[in-house]
Amino acid sequence: MKYRYLLLRVLISLYLIVFACVVPSGGTPTATGTVIKIGLNAELTGSIPKVGKSCKQGAELAVKEVNDAGGLEVAGQKCKIQLFVEDNEDKADVSASVTQKLIAQRGVLAIVGPNASRNAIPASEIAESAKVPLIGPWPTNPKFTIDSKTGQPKKYAFRLMYLDSNQGIENAKFVKEEFNASKVAVLYDIGSEYNKGMADVFKKAFEELGGSVVAFEAYSSGDKDFASQLTKIKAANPDVIFFPNYYNEVSLQLQQAHKLGIKAIFMTTDASFSSEFLILGGKDVEGACLYSTFIADVASASPIAKKFIESYRAAYGEDPDDVAALTYDSFGVLFQAIQMVGKIDSQAVRDALATPHSYEGATGKTTFVGTGDPLKSIYWIQVKDGQFRAYIPKNYHP
Amino acid sequence: MTTKNIIQLSELDGKLKNKQWALAFALVILFTLTFLIPHYGLLNEYIQLTIIYIGINIIMALSQNMINGYMGDFSLGHASFMLIGAYVSSILTVWVFPNNWNPILTSIILFPVSVTAGGLAAALLSLIIAFPSFKTRGGYLALVTLAFNMICVSVVQNIEAIGGGRGFMGMEKLTTMPWVFIWVLIAVWVVRNFVYSNFGRGVVSIREDETAANLVSVNTKQVKVLTFVISSFLAGTGGALFAHVLLFITPKTFQLQKNVDFLVMVYLGGMGSIGGSILGAVTYTVILELLREALSILGTMPIFAGIPSLEVWRWVVAPLLLILLMIYRHEGIMGFREFGFIVPYRDRFGACFWLKKGRAN
Amino acid sequence: MSFFFQQLLNALQVGTMYALVSIGYTMVYGVLTMINFAHGDIFMVSSYFAFFFSIFFLRMTSHFPSFLVFPTIVLVTVILTSFLAIIIERLAYKPLGSASKFSAIITALSVGILLENLVLALIGPEPHQIPPLIPDVVYNLQGVAFSSFQVLILAVSFLCMYILDFIVYRTKVGMAMRAISFDKTVVPLMGVPVDRIIEVTFALGAAIAAVGGIIFGSVYSLDPYMGIRIGWWAFIAAVLGGIGNVRGAMIGGLILGGVEIFVVAYTTSAYRDFVAFAILLLLLVFRPTGILGKSQIKKV
Repeated sequence: MKYRYLLLRVLISLYLIVFACVVPSGGTPTATGTVIKIGLNAELTGSIPKVGKSCKQGAELAVKEVNDAGGLEVAGQKCKIQLFVEDNEDKADVSASVTQKLIAQRGVLAIVGPNASRNAIPASEIAESAKVPLIGPWPTNPKFTIDSKTGQPKKYAFRLMYLDSNQGIENAKFVKEEFNASKVAVLYDIGSEYNKGMADVFKKAFEELGGSVVAFEAYSSGDKDFASQLTKIKAANPDVIFFPNYYNEVSLQLQQAHKLGIKAIFMTTDASFSSEFLILGGKDVEGACLYSTFIADVASASPIAKKFIESYRAAYGEDPDDVAALTYDSFGVLFQAIQMVGKIDSQAVRDALATPHSYEGATGKTTFVGTGDPLKSIYWIQVKDGQFRAYIPKNYHP
Repeated sequence: MTTKNIIQLSELDGKLKNKQWALAFALVILFTLTFLIPHYGLLNEYIQLTIIYIGINIIMALSQNMINGYMGDFSLGHASFMLIGAYVSSILTVWVFPNNWNPILTSIILFPVSVTAGGLAAALLSLIIAFPSFKTRGGYLALVTLAFNMICVSVVQNIEAIGGGRGFMGMEKLTTMPWVFIWVLIAVWVVRNFVYSNFGRGVVSIREDETAANLVSVNTKQVKVLTFVISSFLAGTGGALFAHVLLFITPKTFQLQKNVDFLVMVYLGGMGSIGGSILGAVTYTVILELLREALSILGTMPIFAGIPSLEVWRWVVAPLLLILLMIYRHEGIMGFREFGFIVPYRDRFGACFWLKKGRAN
Repeated sequence: MSFFFQQLLNALQVGTMYALVSIGYTMVYGVLTMINFAHGDIFMVSSYFAFFFSIFFLRMTSHFPSFLVFPTIVLVTVILTSFLAIIIERLAYKPLGSASKFSAIITALSVGILLENLVLALIGPEPHQIPPLIPDVVYNLQGVAFSSFQVLILAVSFLCMYILDFIVYRTKVGMAMRAISFDKTVVPLMGVPVDRIIEVTFALGAAIAAVGGIIFGSVYSLDPYMGIRIGWWAFIAAVLGGIGNVRGAMIGGLILGGVEIFVVAYTTSAYRDFVAFAILLLLLVFRPTGILGKSQIKKV
């Protein structure tokens, strides 16, 4: 009878041992002068693993470049960067948990990521209360940088992208002026805050400009069949159809639209800006318009962007997408801030990030104006001959 | 009863009385710890957060266990009750209750009110599921609860006023370790008293044989409804606590996949066992965190440095372990057994008997 | 009117997909009284098999006439997927023996998660699409657009369903399967090799799902998590049609596809999930054991 609860006893002792071992590590903050610890919170598993993978690759490239040069020069000393990568599984509670882990157990100086707004917002809450700067490369939801209780901007959350509330208005303006469109249809994901937010802002702005939104169709995240919604859109006969969704969905949507014989101008957002979009969509994405902070069309890229694209290709064998470029620049912004302040201290780095300054990187110029939301330039893009090509607007003026 | 049995009973009585004191003492110590730990930072915040998550998972596992374990039915929709509880309590704390009260008063008076309200809302809405459950069992109940989950998610996504797909925020971090501890205790107390009451025995009898239960005048309809309502109340409180530690809720968090977590915790720990649910919840959460740690340690070792996506392997190893556990110990960690201090002592003899029988299933 | 027919065509396409996958759920439930939650992920793996094999095969098409491409890929994928299903059954489900069916559910869920993340870890998260296996032409008949591939899909799906129906209702193997779902204890006494029949059931269910996988991978895209949604929906279709009943699964799949498409077509698409599932709940209220399910008579 002694063996009856053996399994139970073994498990209980395991818990105790593990807790005892796991408790003391971390705790002591940051660098001992020679190593700077930075955390990465990315969606490596879950519904958008490609975003996480690009983010991780961009981060590792940035860190590798600095370390290969001997380290980051801070106040006369060369410091190596140590990157801690954690997977937030595209779940909000796990995102909060790993942010907490990076801060409390790894003692990181700052955190880059997550990418999806739904994961970034809880992470920013944790970072804010722990007073550790967090830079989100991709989130566009305004709630990421605003403290919802006070309505004031958060002190420790920074982003590298424009706000979708601003961008939606710009999109509506672009569509109205450039294509002289009066009737527009929208197909968006109701389950995802980026898609829905962008769709709502676009609709409101377009209607204020005097146009009409003849179809406003929704689908749920994970859907792959849009035939029903597209058939409805076809019946409404729009001039332009706006797809504020992720590349894997938009490529399917455009394919299905072509199969149904829909003739309209197709417009999407930077969430479609990825080489995967071209591969998956094939000839069906030809002529689609979008925009991004980053153009992988090497011909029109700046020298910094060119260098980034070439190193990324050499390291990973594929072209970088905007997540990778933005993550790479997030690290650049962070490194610049550390160097500006000359100290390896979270508070000091945060203050440096909050002082108005700008950064030239692979995604162009990012200008911080004292809050977490920077000003950013964007490029308009069109898919031509299976490549992303810079699109020079004829009638549209920002 | 023979003389031997009577002597055994009275010995048992004595031993148990001592155990009751020990249990009360242990609980008081744990409760004090939950205050001391955050205040003095005895454990780092990451572990504190994990402990809070474990507490919430225990409540959810207990609530799932009531339907899946004790009633023998199959519910796939507890995430929807969590959703309801989370939203209702968050709306109360953010919009209805005054924001400028003394924080201590908010924590002591308003928070339990909003958590209870979340639970009650979930319980009320679960009546929608409780009634169809009369006619259906097994796979059909799974479908009904699944459909309810989808409906709840869809409805919330469409209500712009509470943020829809963009989520709802603004909550204060009201869930603290002491509160989680209290609510876990309440959950354990409720489930334990329910199961060992006359009503609760009815629940188990339904699991064993519903027709026979009907024949011995168990009011199956009433019992089923009550079980559902209590189970969803607990799930609602879990959701409310969850919302006030995460401070941001979207319908996406409570989709179908979340139910998988609860199911695993219940079956891992052992069906029909309160101790089992607790252990299942703790094991599941801890092992996942351990695996994360182990893989990052492995990642720093030169042999594994070449593998590009080491973190992803966590979700390959975890289900593999689970499969092995199911093959070698399919009744879960606790099987149908129960910790001694949970079973009331008049049940101990009888309990051992029918718990052993349950194991033969 | 063409709007209605276009939507009808859409509904057929989506519905047959659900039907193909739900057959696997229902068959396994019939013989093992167990819901194989890993089935959606087997479907996903079959799609990947088809993808890799098509890439490999299309490079060698100079040696083969083009009309053989599609059948060969179907054949190879079906065989590979059946093997996979049998391996999973032998390694994960059989050792459970007569354990409670609930532990079988956890095992099934775990196998599913394992498959998803194994594919993610080994192949990567990038979505792919199976290259066109037959020349794709879009036709337009009185306002209804359809492509040659869609016609092929519908033809192949109905053919498969017919073949399966034949196997289950008119052959000895099928009879054995139905007998096992009726009364598991007596069947071995009649000299039927129960284990073998169970393996055949798994293989058949997986084979049909593989056909669905090829179709899905060609029309839509494949990624490691595609099996989740289809899996749950096919499960719903199987239960809707009466779990354990193969014809019911087919009907359930078509109905589910129809409800989804027509709810979007004639009401707001934003409320699709809500309306569709409310309708399903109502259907279940009136027929609690599913459309073709038999009410279970419990002997006291």
